[in-house]
Order: sequence, then C-alpha cells, then structure tokens
Amino acid sequence: MKAAKSRIKNFLAQYFGDRELQDDENIFALGFVNSMFAMQLVLFIEKEFEITIENEDLDLENFKSINAMVNLLDRKTTVVAGN
Amino acid sequence: MNLELTTQQKQAQSEFKAFVNEEIIPHANQYDRQEHTPNELIEKLAQKGYLGAALPKDKGGRGMDAIAFGLLNEEIGRGCSSLRSLLTVHNMVSQALLKWGNRFQKENWLPKLASGEVIAAFALSEPNVGSDAKSIETTATRAENFYILNGQKKWITYGQIADVFLVFAQNEGKPTAFLLEKNSPGLTIKPIFGMLGTRASMLAELHLNGCKIPLENLVCRQGFGFSHVASSALDYGRYSVAWGCVGIAQACLEACIQYTNQRQQFGVYLKEHQLIQQMIAEMLVNIKASRLLCYQAGYLRDNGDPKSIMETSIAKYFASITATKTANKAVQIHGANGCSSEYSVQRYLRDAKIMEIIEGSNQIQQITIAEYGYQEYLFSPNLPVISQELTARI
Ligand SMILES: Cc1cc2nc3c(=O)[nH]c(=O)nc-3n(C[C@H](O)[C@H](O)[C@H](O)COP(=O)(O)OP(=O)(O)OC[C@H]3O[C@@H](n4cnc5c(N)ncnc54)[C@H](O)[C@@H]3O)c2cc1C
Repeated sequence: MKAAKSRIKNFLAQYFGDRELQDDENIFALGFVNSMFAMQLVLFIEKEFEITIENEDLDLENFKSINAMVNLLDRKTTVVAGN
Repeated sequence: MNLELTTQQKQAQSEFKAFVNEEIIPHANQYDRQEHTPNELIEKLAQKGYLGAALPKDKGGRGMDAIAFGLLNEEIGRGCSSLRSLLTVHNMVSQALLKWGNRFQKENWLPKLASGEVIAAFALSEPNVGSDAKSIETTATRAENFYILNGQKKWITYGQIADVFLVFAQNEGKPTAFLLEKNSPGLTIKPIFGMLGTRASMLAELHLNGCKIPLENLVCRQGFGFSHVASSALDYGRYSVAWGCVGIAQACLEACIQYTNQRQQFGVYLKEHQLIQQMIAEMLVNIKASRLLCYQAGYLRDNGDPKSIMETSIAKYFASITATKTANKAVQIHGANGCSSEYSVQRYLRDAKIMEIIEGSNQIQQITIAEYGYQEYLFSPNLPVISQELTARI
C-alpha cells in the first residue's frame, strides 16, 4: 500500500500546492478546493486503482486523509478479492 | 494518437445527420416562434433511442461511447438547440442516477429514462441562486415517512413537460439531491415564456410548498448533493452543451457558405469579397478548434481520466464563445435577412448567447480554468521544465 499512498499524495499535491501533506492530515480542514475537486478525486481513485466508488462509499471519513483513502482501497479490494 | 472516427461512429454520425435534416431542421424556426416542442418530435427522439443515448445497454440505453454521444449532440445542436437541451438535461439526470442512485432508483428509473417513457429535468437554480449553487435556499426537512420540500426553482429546462426532477435542497444545512415526481403534493409548475434563446425549451418555475416526497427519493447521501450528484450531472451537461455549440457554429458556417454563394453585391457574389472571406476563415478555424477540444474531452471521458472534467469545461468555454462569435458573424453576413425570422441565423445567435450562461457561466469557467492552470503548471509533481522556471521565479 506504500505505492498507493504515494500515488494519492502525488494527485493531491496538485490541489494543495507546496504544502507537504501528512498521511493522516484532514484535507477537508485545509479549506474548499473547488466544485470540481470531489468528482476529480472520485475519477482518480476509480481509474488509478480500478475500483468503482459507489453511493455507500461516499462518507467524508473515507476521503478525509491519505490514510483514510488507503483504508477504503484496502477494504474495497479485499471485498472484490473475496467475491 | 488517432484522430479518425471508427466505422461505427461514422455510421452513427450519418444516422444522426439524416434524422436532424429530415425531422428537425424544417421545423426548428417554428418551434422557436411558438416556444414549444411538440410531443411527436420528442417521441421520435425517444424511438431513435437518443434519450437513452449514453445509458448502458443493460439499462435499456444505446450504450454510446462519449464520442458518439458528442456527435449526436453536435448534430441535434446543428438543428435545434432547444431539443439539444432536452437531450442535455435528460441525460444529466440519467447519468447522475447511474452513478449515484441506489439500486432501486437505478432499476426503477433508468429503463424508463432510457426509453423516454419518463422525461427528466434538472432543478438546481433558484430566483436568488445561480452560479453560487451550493448556497441554494430550498430546504428538505425530514418528517416521519417523507421529506418536505420548501422553496422555489427557476429556469428549469423542459420543466413544463418533465415527469421527474432531480432537485437540490438543503437538508439539515447540507446540499442534498432528491427525485421529485411531477404530481407530488405541494408542487406547482409555472411555465416561463419570452426567453432570448432556446425558446422552445419549455422552461418552468417549480414552487415547492410543503411538497412531500417519499424517503426513498433521496439520491446518494445527505451532503453529497452538490459535490457529487450535481457535479457529475453538470460535467455531463457541459460535455453535451460543448458539442451542441459546435453544432450551432457549424449550422452558421453552412448557412453562410450557401448565402455568400448566392447573393451578389457590387456585381460579384459576396464570397468574392475579401472581408467576407476573412469572416468565413475565422468561423471555420474556430469551429475546427472547438471540435478538437470536444474530441479530446470525449477521449479522456471514455478513459475515465480525472482530467476529463476540466478538459470538458475548457471545451464548453471555448465552444460557447465560438458559437456566439460565429453566429454574430453569420447574422452580419446575412445583412437584413439575417435579422429576419425567415432565416435561421438570428435563432442561432440568440441560442448561442444562452450557452455562455448555462452549465456554469463563462466567468465561472474562467475561474476554474485558471485554477486548473495553476494546478497543472505550478503545483503538479510532474512539472514540465517551463513551469519549474515559473515556480522558481515566484
Ligand atoms: C435558457 C436557460 C436554461 C436554463 N436551464 C436550467 C436548468 O434546466 N436547470 C437549472 O438548474 N438551471 C437552469 N438555468 C439557470 C442557469 O444555470 C443559470 O442561469 C446559471 O447558473 C447562471 O446563474 P444566474 O443566471 O443566476 O447568474 P448569476 O450567478 O447571478 O451571475 C450573473 C453574472 O455574474 C457573473 N458572476 C457570478 N459569480 C461570479 C464570480 N464569482 N466572478 C465573476 N463573475 C461572476 C456570472 O458569470 C454572470 O455573468 C437556465 C438558464 C437559462 C438562461
């Protein structure tokens, strides 16, 4: 999951500029990015990690930090593997 | 990189062209004058599967890829921007449900939307709220077995005939999306007449006075109505409008090529005058540039690329400016005839202006496009050399 972390970090760097994001830092506490950000994040995660973000995944807790997103990925890929 | 349409896309394009030439173009000026789209035309659109164009086949749709869907929007836009806006709002709602609807909503609504049995409209704007959409004032309050909606929606395209609305309201202060059926108690629909453009698009106001809707009509989750549901719908809408603008501009160009080849002044055809040629050249080049931006956005969309959202916004921004500029020139080239209701170019100009306002006005696009520029060139971890120099200077 180290690779996943750095891929997410790389993506987020575009939005949070020169700020070095910590793995557990709440990105929503850093302020509103813009109205396109949320869907860009969804598309990024879906394409990069080949999963589908669904209705029930939409909980800010799942997207609030790099660690939270890695956990979501972990859970979703385990479920897919389990199926 | 391959910029050629596939055989399938080419076939689809000729089908769309034939439909628009036969069924739409001969009547579009009349629909515009009457501020009305006849039911039979919508039924024909439905029979062709165009209302379910972008929905997957297993939901009853035609399963078009983004490029084919784009070509459809260009062609319908070439004929009638009002009808193209039906395609836009109906598909915006379908796509939002496809992505964020729950299983019941998908199973119940998508096949009906795909077949056109049900017409959908998108209800976000309000008398006091347009660009700053997340500040909507309509509220949704949870009661025991339903939500109660209060507020007003305005400028709702095809609101006069829609069977279901994707409506946005603050639920406990959080923007949230709901499905609202047209005969819900407490909903009054008032037609809007006298708009500048897309006059046949049957706009309406929705008055929600203690309007009751079932709990299962919540779409997605509380608080995600704007960031996810409206955003994905609007992204779809911008894509559709961008291509529709290419269609308007193309219609202008074709009208001007014909006209300048037939009308003479100073003893020669208008096309012989170099100042006319200048306008034709600018029209042609801007149309080609707009279409290429649309193709690029379509290609990225088919790949699920996160950049597709901003590239779509860029395409919509440029294509809407192109449509307005091109239509303006088209009226100029047609002289007094261009100002008359006997010619279509005056309609194109009025319709084109609307495109600079809807689905995020051009000022709002400029703001987000500039932000995108900074993200790309200043903050991206894979900075190209030129922007590394830029960063170093700041
Ligand atoms: C024909 C037509 C059909 C429509 N159909 C629908 C529909 O189906 N559903 C729906 O929900 N809505 C619909 N709308 C409404 C449309 O989405 C809004 O008109 C649009 O979002 C702009 O909002 P507004 O008109 O309230 O303008 P405002 O937001 O009040 O803006 C007025 C002007 O100020 C500019 N402006 C605003 N904020 C800024 C800023 N931060 N910086 C610089 N300039 C700014 C705008 O660009 C604009 O030029 C429709 C509108 C039209 C004309």
